[in-house]
Amino acid sequence: MNAPFFKFGYFNDDISLVVAFVIGIGFGFFLERAGFGGARKLAAQFYLNDLTVFKVMFTAIVTAMVGVFYLSVLGVVDLTLVYVSPTYLVPQTVGGFVLGIGFVIGGYCPGTSCVAVSTGKLDGMVYLLGILAGIFIFGEAFDLVEEFYWSTDLGTLTIPQLLNLPYGLVVFAVVLMALGGFMAAEWAEKKFGPRGIWRSKP
Amino acid sequence: MEVSSATSAGEWDDTKNRQNNEQTRQRTDETTNTMTLSSHHLPIDASVDRQATRTSSKAAQPYWNPYLAGIGLGLVLLAAFVIMGRGLGASGAFSSLVATGVSAVAPDHARSNSYFSEYIGDGTQHPLKDWLVFEVLGVFAGGFISGALAHRVRKGVEKGPNISVAGRMGFAFAGGVIMGIGAKLARGCTSGQALTGGALLGVGSWAFMLAVFAGAYATAYFVRRQWQ
Repeated sequence: MNAPFFKFGYFNDDISLVVAFVIGIGFGFFLERAGFGGARKLAAQFYLNDLTVFKVMFTAIVTAMVGVFYLSVLGVVDLTLVYVSPTYLVPQTVGGFVLGIGFVIGGYCPGTSCVAVSTGKLDGMVYLLGILAGIFIFGEAFDLVEEFYWSTDLGTLTIPQLLNLPYGLVVFAVVLMALGGFMAAEWAEKKFGPRGIWRSKP
Repeated sequence: MEVSSATSAGEWDDTKNRQNNEQTRQRTDETTNTMTLSSHHLPIDASVDRQATRTSSKAAQPYWNPYLAGIGLGLVLLAAFVIMGRGLGASGAFSSLVATGVSAVAPDHARSNSYFSEYIGDGTQHPLKDWLVFEVLGVFAGGFISGALAHRVRKGVEKGPNISVAGRMGFAFAGGVIMGIGAKLARGCTSGQALTGGALLGVGSWAFMLAVFAGAYATAYFVRRQWQ
């Protein structure tokens, strides 16, 4: 069995859209299960009252990272055929910072706003319209930022390549970091929260 | 949680009443989570919660343990890697939608725009016949399925008690605009960059992820009125 299945031609483009829909259902399901259909749960992360966002995100990253690494070691998945988004360091960092500002002001990110809409949150719907407006503005103003957009092109670059370390060692280090982060998160929740709207005021 | 209108005081208008219910429901969720996961936070208003739970046979269920939900999410991402050789995404689907809209209104303008033209393609295939578009349709469906099974699908507005609905909607729209611009500049959002690129150890994705948290923590203080 060779994976990724799609890259080995086990099914065509039309079937891939069905796969996309099914994978999307799983994605949306677990986002909602985690509580990410509500802006207050998401925003709480940035007031240290409830670190669910951090815990869910890093558990997911570690699960997928370890999974795909072991499957590649076992020869099931050809890791070189899994698409890694190329690095444009400065625009990505600036974009991430801007996105973080939008996250805490609006209370959602694009994926979670979909779940908010499908569970009836009107603010999620307005937020989604905002995203569309933002993309429209970006597209119309693209000429102004195009040079910056393509700057600091480092190509497809992974942390193991950057540090010249074995892939497995970096995986192991990220797992340790995540475990440390989870312990810190549990400690922070004990110390800071829940409070405010996340708990009735004392 | 269906609290009959007779129990609500006359001074509450419908909207406020709904939010009140929403907040009570949320508090129930939080309280239940708190009680099961960390016993050191005793709910002050336990009586309200008990009453709220009693008034409805279909109270919203508490959210899952975050680590359990994270493993589920990680396995979905892993499935995308193994089956498709790519990860998850969200903002890309919205770009396709915007590009399609611009193209419908002003086709020549869309074709001459170097950003939108990339999403419209060469015309051999409809721009909405796209992997991410179908994936995001699934996200809507999956979110609804999970919410419906847990009795969490309710019309409402997520906000703190100190901001009006209109104020919250203004913040939501402004945040969405900023998010849209940031996500396009970063070539992806929390799904495509942080989750997917994070799990594949991409350098740009990790820089992105740190920047997201930095931007959000730097801004949180100034918009706290929205939530607290």
